[in-house]
Amino acid sequence: MMAKLSPKQTRLAAIVGGFAFLAVAAGLALTALEDNIVFFRSPSELAANPATPGEAMRVGGLVREGSVARDGLRAKFEVTDLAHNISVSYEGMLPDLFREGQGVVAEGRFNGQGLFVADTVLAKHDETYMPPEVAEALEKSGKYNQPHPGNAAGASK
Amino acid sequence: MIAELGHFVLVLALVVAFVQALVPLAFLRHETGSDLAFRFAARASYLQVLLIGASFAALTYAFVRSDFSLMVVFANSHAAKPMIYKIAGVWGNHEGSMLLWTLILAAYGAAFALTAKNLPARFSSFVMVTQGLLGSAFLSFLLFTSNPFARLLPAPFAGQGLTPILQDPALAAHPPLLYAGYVGFSMSFAFAIAALATAGEPQNGRDNNWARWMRPWILTAWIFLTLGIALGSYWAYYELGWGGFWFWDPVENASLMPWLAGTALLHSALVAETRDTLKRWTLLLAIVTFALSLSGTFLVRSGVLTSVHAFANDPERGIYILAILVGFTAGALALYAYRLPKLAPDGAFQPISREGLLLANNIFLATATVTVFVGTIYPLVLDGLGMGKISVGAPYFNAVFAPLAVPFAILLPLGPLLTWRQGQLAPLRGYLVMGAAAALLLTFILVLLRGPHSIMVLALFAASFWLVLGASLDLYRKLRPHRAKLWRFWTLPSTAFSAPLAHGGLGVLMLGILAATQWREEIVVAASPGQEIDIASITLRYDGLREIDGPNYRAEQARLSYLTGPHAGSYLFPERRFYEAERSQTTEAAITTDLTGHLYAVVGETANDKRVLRIWYHPYVAFIWLGSLFMAAGGCFGLRTRLRRGA
Repeated sequence: MMAKLSPKQTRLAAIVGGFAFLAVAAGLALTALEDNIVFFRSPSELAANPATPGEAMRVGGLVREGSVARDGLRAKFEVTDLAHNISVSYEGMLPDLFREGQGVVAEGRFNGQGLFVADTVLAKHDETYMPPEVAEALEKSGKYNQPHPGNAAGASK
Repeated sequence: MIAELGHFVLVLALVVAFVQALVPLAFLRHETGSDLAFRFAARASYLQVLLIGASFAALTYAFVRSDFSLMVVFANSHAAKPMIYKIAGVWGNHEGSMLLWTLILAAYGAAFALTAKNLPARFSSFVMVTQGLLGSAFLSFLLFTSNPFARLLPAPFAGQGLTPILQDPALAAHPPLLYAGYVGFSMSFAFAIAALATAGEPQNGRDNNWARWMRPWILTAWIFLTLGIALGSYWAYYELGWGGFWFWDPVENASLMPWLAGTALLHSALVAETRDTLKRWTLLLAIVTFALSLSGTFLVRSGVLTSVHAFANDPERGIYILAILVGFTAGALALYAYRLPKLAPDGAFQPISREGLLLANNIFLATATVTVFVGTIYPLVLDGLGMGKISVGAPYFNAVFAPLAVPFAILLPLGPLLTWRQGQLAPLRGYLVMGAAAALLLTFILVLLRGPHSIMVLALFAASFWLVLGASLDLYRKLRPHRAKLWRFWTLPSTAFSAPLAHGGLGVLMLGILAATQWREEIVVAASPGQEIDIASITLRYDGLREIDGPNYRAEQARLSYLTGPHAGSYLFPERRFYEAERSQTTEAAITTDLTGHLYAVVGETANDKRVLRIWYHPYVAFIWLGSLFMAAGGCFGLRTRLRRGA
């Protein structure tokens, strides 16, 4: 087996081993982070700075009144920060709290025609709750009067 | 009136907590004052738990009576709500849940005071002082920023109701279990403080005795946290209607971090106790674990996160909790740096030994904790620096956890098989070769049955089989000396079961995660009545919808008939519920639960006169919660061993 190590050697080995391990793990984590972070874009940011088709991102705002159209399993709607709109298409089941005029966050990517194809649509489970990103996007667009002051505080931290 | 009394006793509890923290310190300045200090603190802790308990009872009474002159009852309850949700609704909101938090904290303090008779009074007094300080901090937080007894005058006639998603029996158990876990780590924190404050003092006996005293409390907290997380995961699985069991939601991560750190602590305290080494690391880990519990509370309560758990929030609360978190952590770390030299140096150890493998366990778990921390905090930091809003989701955590889990699971079974000090691998070689061969064979059979998978997935499957086999071998070796009385299973030593159950449980859990994520089938259809749907070699028929009335909701209920398979002739009834009081709707999934898989059906909205149905098959998903239960059961056996020995 292994030669008996002195206490000092053991400790040194443990420390060096531990740090080497942490370095590997940190490298692993950072690479994973680099590949897997998803940016949030508001409709106004996208109007100023159009996204590359195929880039994964989250968009959010309010579901524009009167914009929801369903065709079988496919739903189309517009997400707005009241200054600009994005057309979103989603196939599948929309969440319980998805409603016109409600805050929503969609994850997915733009196709070549400027349509945002969502993989997931998130509407939060408390109807008085506004996703912070959405609240901030609306605030920035400057066209929205926060109806729930209690939440605006939390959201505009 | 009752509410005012509840408020009043809460103020009294704050005073008592302050007294419990400060007066014993004065006694402790005298060499002979330790006994008096402890007796005083013990009485204070009993009084504290009675006062907070009375306050909690008052709030419960207000919820049961639907007293809408209380702000929190108005905002979170409704007269037409079933009684169970009126009671559980006490902690279904920020104020009530923080009251529950302080109640559990006080209960731990009192439980310690009751059982600490054999510990040196000076040590116990420091534990009680720390508990008193924590109690003061959280009670003042409650009273100054989140008073559950705030009035709303004139009182409205009807409440706003409880978010329907919370109207579920799991609400009765998930928050109390989780809090009993989080808050339980305040005990190991308090023990670490006491160990540092009394380091090197002769009355403590051996320099590492604190590790032995601390272990039952770590174990208790760990069992509760394990159950709380598992129940939360199961709740999310059946309630949210997304069919997932873990979303890497920041709030889930906030509970996973103290669990990972607490698991590391559980194992390093064992080394500190048995081998008088890793003491410094264990103390640091005890501080960090509780700091992570506190930051979990901060993340949930401050509103910095987008999460299903986010209630409407108030930034003042976040800052207060952040101050508590920073204050206690910084204070503890300062004490740590200052008192560390008083501890006797750690003993040496060999890498091939049980303690060597427990060190490896700690390195892996600490790394896992850090990676979860990075993934959870990184978006907050970027946002704080104004560098954009990002989210870090499942792909990151999967990419990091998978490569960590394989070596972790391969090394894990070796720990209990090796002896302390100088372990020998040679006598185990036969077992290990057999175990590895069996794990690889099972993985190979799996490929034959299920087709090709990625290398990483296969490695994870093999590692999980290896874990279960290793745990079985461990159990076999521990029971072999007792084989004559196997039938009188209640006389068997608890130690034989604790590690094998907990470790095997992890293997079962990993198998469940792998099977459920790799072999999941999903189908979304727009169906007309009479239409047949095929999934996972089962045929279902959609029979149509009917309207039903619940106690406080109306629902559309779909009926699906099993046409084939073992459940042929039975039905699934997924619902969409509309809650009148809350003007909100929820999806109620219908699930057929078999050990080998769940069929999970959800009914959606109308699409061109048809109904959207979403049906999943989740193979072996029950293993996830079964494995968690095994782990908690292993913890309970460990605790039983402790209590028998008279901790």
